[in-house]
Amino acid sequence: MSGAILPLFIAVPLIAAGIAAFAREGRRWPLALLFATLAAQFVASFGLIGGTRQGEVLVDGVGGWLPGIAIPFAADMLSALMLTFTSGLSLVCCWYAVSSGVGRIRLFAPLVLAMTAGVNGALLTADLFNLFVFIEVMLMPSYGLMILARRGRGTERSVYGSRLYVSFNLFVSTLFLMAVGLVYATADTVNLGLLAGAAKESGLVAAAAAIALAALGMKAALLPTHAWLTQAYPSTSPAITALFSGLHTKVAVYAIYRLYAVIFDGDDRWLLVGLVIFGATIAVGAMATAGERSMRSMLSFSMVSHIGYILVGVGLFTIGGLAAGLFYLLHHMVVKASQFLSVGAIEDTYGTDRIDRLRGIGRREPLVAATFAIAALSLAGLPPFSGFVAKLVLVIATIDAGYVVLAVVLIAASLVTLLAMLRIWNAVFMSPVPEGEAPTRRIPWSLAAPGAVLAAVTIALGLGAQLLIPLTEVAAEGLRDTSVYVTEVLR
Amino acid sequence: MTLAITVGVLVAGAVYLLTARTFLRVVLGFVLLSHAANLLLFSTGGIARRGEPLGSELDAAVTADPLPQAFVLTAIVIAFAITIYLLSLAISGRHDEDEDEEGEDR
Repeated sequence: MSGAILPLFIAVPLIAAGIAAFAREGRRWPLALLFATLAAQFVASFGLIGGTRQGEVLVDGVGGWLPGIAIPFAADMLSALMLTFTSGLSLVCCWYAVSSGVGRIRLFAPLVLAMTAGVNGALLTADLFNLFVFIEVMLMPSYGLMILARRGRGTERSVYGSRLYVSFNLFVSTLFLMAVGLVYATADTVNLGLLAGAAKESGLVAAAAAIALAALGMKAALLPTHAWLTQAYPSTSPAITALFSGLHTKVAVYAIYRLYAVIFDGDDRWLLVGLVIFGATIAVGAMATAGERSMRSMLSFSMVSHIGYILVGVGLFTIGGLAAGLFYLLHHMVVKASQFLSVGAIEDTYGTDRIDRLRGIGRREPLVAATFAIAALSLAGLPPFSGFVAKLVLVIATIDAGYVVLAVVLIAASLVTLLAMLRIWNAVFMSPVPEGEAPTRRIPWSLAAPGAVLAAVTIALGLGAQLLIPLTEVAAEGLRDTSVYVTEVLR
Repeated sequence: MTLAITVGVLVAGAVYLLTARTFLRVVLGFVLLSHAANLLLFSTGGIARRGEPLGSELDAAVTADPLPQAFVLTAIVIAFAITIYLLSLAISGRHDEDEDEEGEDR
């Protein structure tokens, strides 16, 4: 496989979005186009994994300009794995969205396609300014998806959540844009290949790039800027929350991994700063999870906590740590989306996700209950699910690097997560069915299945971790030693 | 120096507006902030050389750096689009935060 395929990951979804935007109300072919595009991308990204298995880097300098002047796309194992998981998740979340009705609104297909183009671009670009542009391409359709509702059915809560979401993301994007400008002013380039190690050599470039990392950290909802996520995510429809949870913060996390590895060359002077922030995020997120009253708010806080776990990998910056962090990233995308989908199925059917208003769901809905239980146990880190493997390798890497205190925080926070999940489980699922209330509604199969599919994936990732871990190790080696990436980008 | 001061004043105004309770002021704050970002981007290419970077015979000593200009052009388009969207968010939803201030005479 050659690098020439890379621009197609952006061009095809964008063109499909443009075509789908012309569809009339009620037509089904835009959805067919959406699923076909996502499925094709899913298959193609497996091809990318195959093509980067030995640590190769596929590059396409679009337009045939000279190296260093061209604005290249580059795919290594990390990009390939991210692409595979984001396309798979988008497929499942769109399936749920169509079943729950949001997906049948006219603009759903074009908006998701355009967002996919942005996500793919952000994962593949090797240029700092292009990263900004693709993050914007990803965010713009998401602003629309956030308040997508049938005419007259939109809620005030979604307008409020959307105002917060758009304002915060616009602020962070502006900050990131300024940082890109400052990097250009100090390093005279925004090409990642030319920027390699620049922040290690020059304090000025390091300061400029640190602003970019801070902006990405705000987008990833790190402490102390996590509050936007826990306010905005529960305000939109469940299908969209699940879709965003798998894509948006994860792209920011990916960019932090990539930029710190390339621009800072893994400079170990600043790692402790990161570890302190990530440790605080883990602790505060886990404790806040236990104190919320609605399930989606609890899951949003727990997501903040787990973003901290994922980033511990980049904070350690050892091969073991990076591989563990990347495995955690992939595991978490699947599990969190599965939870949002099973909770969404309850909310879409019973009209609320408040844990004090739902009773006896376990008896009525065995499939959803099983899905939730598997995802919750995986999230808390119990065997045989993928969460156990992810936590285990991360804790081992943390102790290997000598941060015993952090390892204690990691384990303590997962116990708190388990408590919070038990709280949902006892109140919503195991409580007796209220007497005298006939079960009028049942969750349809089509709403329960998408979450169950992802729960099956987390079991598969847990039992088959031996297959995925070598791939994350290849990705980790690519981050630890960026020389192949840099030479390929500049060739 | 003038540019630096201008950027500083714009950011100060933006921060003041962004902390306001009325959403419309927040939108105006973002307009100021994006102007500040654009001026900052312009200054990154150096402001001494101002010749237009067009044509075939360019003198490196006087020609301006075209890359920040391309950055600014992209950023302006994005900021413009989002501003329009923010304005539409500001008027949707019945119970606005600014209701207290503007009363019921709308």
